[in-house]
Amino acid sequence: MSTTTPLAKAAGGTADFFDTRVGAGKMVKEFARKVFPDHWSFLLGEIALYSFVVLLLTGTFLTMFFVPSMTEVHYPEDALPVAMRGVEMSEAFASTLNMSFHVRGGLLMRQIHHWAALLFMASIVTHMMRVFFTGAFRKPRELNWVVGFTILILGLAAGFTGYSLPDDVLSGNGLRITDGVVKSIPVIGSYMSFMIFGGEFPGTEIIPRLFTAHILLVPALILALIAVHLVLIVVHKHTQYPGPGRSNRNVVGYPLFPVYVAKAGGFFFVVFGVLAIMGATLAINSVWAYGPYDPSPVGAGAQPDWYMLFLEGSLRLMPGQPEFVIAGYTISLNVLIPAVVIPGLLFTALAAYPFLEAWVTGDKREHHVLDRPRNVPTRTGVGVAILTAFIILVLAGSNDILATHFNLSINSITWVFRFLFFAGPVIAFIVTKRLCLALQRRDRELVLHGHETGRVVRFASGEYIEVHQPLTDHERWLLVGHEPVRPLEIGPGENERGVARPAYKKAVRRSKLSNFFFADRVEPVTPSELAASHGHGEHEEIESAESNEGLLTNASTRG
Amino acid sequence: MSDLTKSEHVTPPGASDPLSVGERELDRFPNPGLPEHKHRLSDESEAGSKRVERQIVILFVLSLLASIGGVVGYFAFPVGVTLGSVQASTLSIGLGLGVGMLGIGIAAVHWAKALMSDVEQVDERHAQRSDDATRAAAVQALKDGADDSRIARRPVLKGALVSAVAVAPLAFVVPLVGNLGGDWNVSKFRYTMWGPGVRLARDPDGGLIRPEQVTIGSVWHVIPDGLLGSEHMLEEKAKAVVLMVRMNPTELTEAPERADWSWDGIVAYSKVCTHVGCPVALYEQQTHHLLCPCHQSTFDVSDGAKVVFGPAKRALPQLPITVDDEGYLVARSDFTEMVGPSTWERERYTDLPVSDEEKAH
Amino acid sequence: MVKALASARRHRFAPVVLMLFALLAVGGIYAVAAPQAAVADSASQDDVTEGEKLFQANCASCHGPSAEGRTDVAPSLIGVGAASVHFQVSTGRMPMAANAPQAPEKGVQFSTEQTAQLAAYVASLAPGPAIPDGEQVDPALGDAANGMLVFRTNCAMCHNAVGAGGALSEGKYAPSLFNSTPTEIYEAMLTGPQSMPVFNDENITPEAKRDVIAYLMEQRADDSSPGGANLGAIGPVSEGMWVWIIGMGALIGASVWIGAKSS
Repeated sequence: MSTTTPLAKAAGGTADFFDTRVGAGKMVKEFARKVFPDHWSFLLGEIALYSFVVLLLTGTFLTMFFVPSMTEVHYPEDALPVAMRGVEMSEAFASTLNMSFHVRGGLLMRQIHHWAALLFMASIVTHMMRVFFTGAFRKPRELNWVVGFTILILGLAAGFTGYSLPDDVLSGNGLRITDGVVKSIPVIGSYMSFMIFGGEFPGTEIIPRLFTAHILLVPALILALIAVHLVLIVVHKHTQYPGPGRSNRNVVGYPLFPVYVAKAGGFFFVVFGVLAIMGATLAINSVWAYGPYDPSPVGAGAQPDWYMLFLEGSLRLMPGQPEFVIAGYTISLNVLIPAVVIPGLLFTALAAYPFLEAWVTGDKREHHVLDRPRNVPTRTGVGVAILTAFIILVLAGSNDILATHFNLSINSITWVFRFLFFAGPVIAFIVTKRLCLALQRRDRELVLHGHETGRVVRFASGEYIEVHQPLTDHERWLLVGHEPVRPLEIGPGENERGVARPAYKKAVRRSKLSNFFFADRVEPVTPSELAASHGHGEHEEIESAESNEGLLTNASTRG
Repeated sequence: MSDLTKSEHVTPPGASDPLSVGERELDRFPNPGLPEHKHRLSDESEAGSKRVERQIVILFVLSLLASIGGVVGYFAFPVGVTLGSVQASTLSIGLGLGVGMLGIGIAAVHWAKALMSDVEQVDERHAQRSDDATRAAAVQALKDGADDSRIARRPVLKGALVSAVAVAPLAFVVPLVGNLGGDWNVSKFRYTMWGPGVRLARDPDGGLIRPEQVTIGSVWHVIPDGLLGSEHMLEEKAKAVVLMVRMNPTELTEAPERADWSWDGIVAYSKVCTHVGCPVALYEQQTHHLLCPCHQSTFDVSDGAKVVFGPAKRALPQLPITVDDEGYLVARSDFTEMVGPSTWERERYTDLPVSDEEKAH
Repeated sequence: MVKALASARRHRFAPVVLMLFALLAVGGIYAVAAPQAAVADSASQDDVTEGEKLFQANCASCHGPSAEGRTDVAPSLIGVGAASVHFQVSTGRMPMAANAPQAPEKGVQFSTEQTAQLAAYVASLAPGPAIPDGEQVDPALGDAANGMLVFRTNCAMCHNAVGAGGALSEGKYAPSLFNSTPTEIYEAMLTGPQSMPVFNDENITPEAKRDVIAYLMEQRADDSSPGGANLGAIGPVSEGMWVWIIGMGALIGASVWIGAKSS
């Protein structure tokens, strides 16, 4: 208060300037000491945010040297690389080469940019998995889930538009596939193709158009949605993992200033650092290896970046038979199903999941304490099933690489994946759900019977028992803190006067879903159950000798 | 929610309180509260915190040196001379930047973890829902506004407003979309540069081809003569690329109506996949199978390029060829069907006669 | 002991460490290696005689006593020329272990001299492509830029844009060219071994073949990858794998460190 150093005076002056103009004091008072819970998995979204910042920074560098033009030029005879000298190419490709070989740091920035793009999508997916499996999308955060989901889709768009900009053979064939998919759209396909390319493929418009989308439209939308995403986090306050002292009415953690300013701020530098080192040491998208776009050549290993691989895999798995000609018009279901229907279903399921689950459980309350994935076995199973389908498609999109690296037949791989695409998610669902239930039962055992101590005691009667040590209150809370959940109950089909109720059938369907969601549930131990188990005598403690394992897995998921 | 279903969650007590999760059951363990705070080494000894401070300073200094190193790398290594110099430049600037960033990041986090207070704090949460009074006031505010606007009993005004706003964007969207598709002449997909007498040329250099040069077992990537340097070269090439092979005529199965489309075992097929348009270019000499590297559609060149595996449905269109007076391989006509991926209207083009006038448009 | 292990498994870093191990194991499977091969010289009449002996002892069981081939077993070698024999034998593709569409590169079974003798014998049966001389395959005399254009039109669809190899149908594959000698590359184009089509001198001229060799040699120069490690040069799939292993691996590791309480 009474410091009079020049620095403090200046700071005071600045603070006064902003407070008297924008009421900065109120904001600082409100936010400076806002509490955020601490857990490593809460940083996954930050990886995405920071890779996006790195994308903006490096992207700005790249726009200084990139020429988004399809005008044909000849690459200079004295420039690097040697294999491109005198070759005819578009200005887009030539400027990409030029910035890679003749601009100091240009290749580095290109590589950081591309690694950051891959990392952006990888961290979004991982972050989304965390949110899904812990139930963080539940009320009141459904909207933020949808915002995040839209960022994912925009991320795909950003990646796709950027991937195509250098106008090389690999990305050009990607565009050609896009063209083929667009053409398969009934009625308007040909016109859509003309609309995208400004005429026939490839035309001279597509690179400038993609450029505008890539550097202006898509990033502006992403930026706006990131702002919404973050504001909603502040509005809702962050979720927290269950634990002693944590409840639905509080948030336990460290204050924004200084702890999170340092941790989250520091993490930005860590993300940037890791990306810069990757960009410096690992080559990515060496476009000169593919050469400038030409519709004739194609390279083995023709794949998109990893986040589009599921689409590529979907196209590869689909058999060709379902292309039909009806009344003289062609419907290419062999393209539409894998490229439009399957991703459509996958994404719709993902976007709608929070609403679907809320409807099935009938739960209208706010949830701020996260679920341990095992405590909601059906959701966890559904999540793993979706993930399994996605991974199978990604692997199917890499089937030629799998074939060469593991000495397999590409045709057999394709057949196996065709089968697995249907069977895999079902198996994954069943196995995951059973695992969750088993873990829950272990939790119960542990609560009821305590840790094994390895100490064996002999009674006077000659009976041996192992002494079990009961859990402390803090240990136990993690295992019993969640709420017992039950399926929706349904009223009678007729009202008091014996008249059938109108929406009854719908309600029955909903109740069936709800029963499916909560089937085989395991409920947390109650105090009376624990008391009863202690009353039972010591024999049971021997039966639960392995219950210690349960705690190990618990420890790994808590914060 | 339907009034027919009732959830355990929404039954009282506490149903009106959206934050009541975990508080409903009577027979529950109580939340034991936050565990006791444990002190860190750096909290307990002055030496410990001094050591942490030293580590943090070292990290910042490391970052500083690395950043300077990155700038030195910028000046030290020229680019555009050799690939090695490009690599040295990339590596030195990148490592300087990377280590410079990592140093700051690790130092800041270490500071936060080891020196800043790690006593957990607790904030209260409040339900998102506004209280009833606020809600009522909000509803009233909207009502008042609607009344002020005098819109309530004026359906014509309402209709006029909606219509005007709905139609206005058309004056923006129509010019935008209208211009995007160029001349919108989608029938261009039907035609290629091939036509009667157009010579077959070698891709990429354009050398003309005589049938005797095409030995058995060889594969030729072919473009129409005159493509190189032509206007719209890439668009034409995207449709016109052809793959030509020669096999022992005994191995070749030909449809009777295409008997004169080949020349002494030489057959030419469109290289554009009928699936989604990738160049189908992997020719296996022994099996005569042609594989698309994008989605593995496999075509049997010895049998009309029919699909034997993968996501394509239709055989590759065949280019009818013959030999001209000067002994060069030439096309007999354009493809008799649309090349490349299927479109809604492609069948309409299948039996379209190809005349020069039509080609001209 | 068990207790210690159990408590280690209970450690908060355990899942991360396990995950990193798993990811590294996947990466480890990635490493691939290929053997080296030798070059041969021109022939004399003695060589033909010696070559015939070798042929009868090692090749005739499949290719027939006078190299006329046997239906569904092995092709005729009359007219395939010395280049074909040299390619197949000096890379260990022949003799094959079993009759199959793919003849994998394996341990070379004949000395350089014996290979030359075999080649001389087969070349004596009927004229065919000869083993190219040093000047024909000298990358220094080739134009890498033209080689790039020819390579990507005719070769890249199977062998990948820089020659890293790729998959064909039914388990066959186009091998990596990273360890092939210029002579082998030339011979392969000229003779079309196994699934590979022939690229005769009318299709890809001898100069263009040398240009292709120059392009491929560019790809394996020490500084051929100015961006750093090339990750196998197989494109986006390996890039995607490494962003998960290195990028996400390192940053999840960092997250765990940031989220963990300091001791």
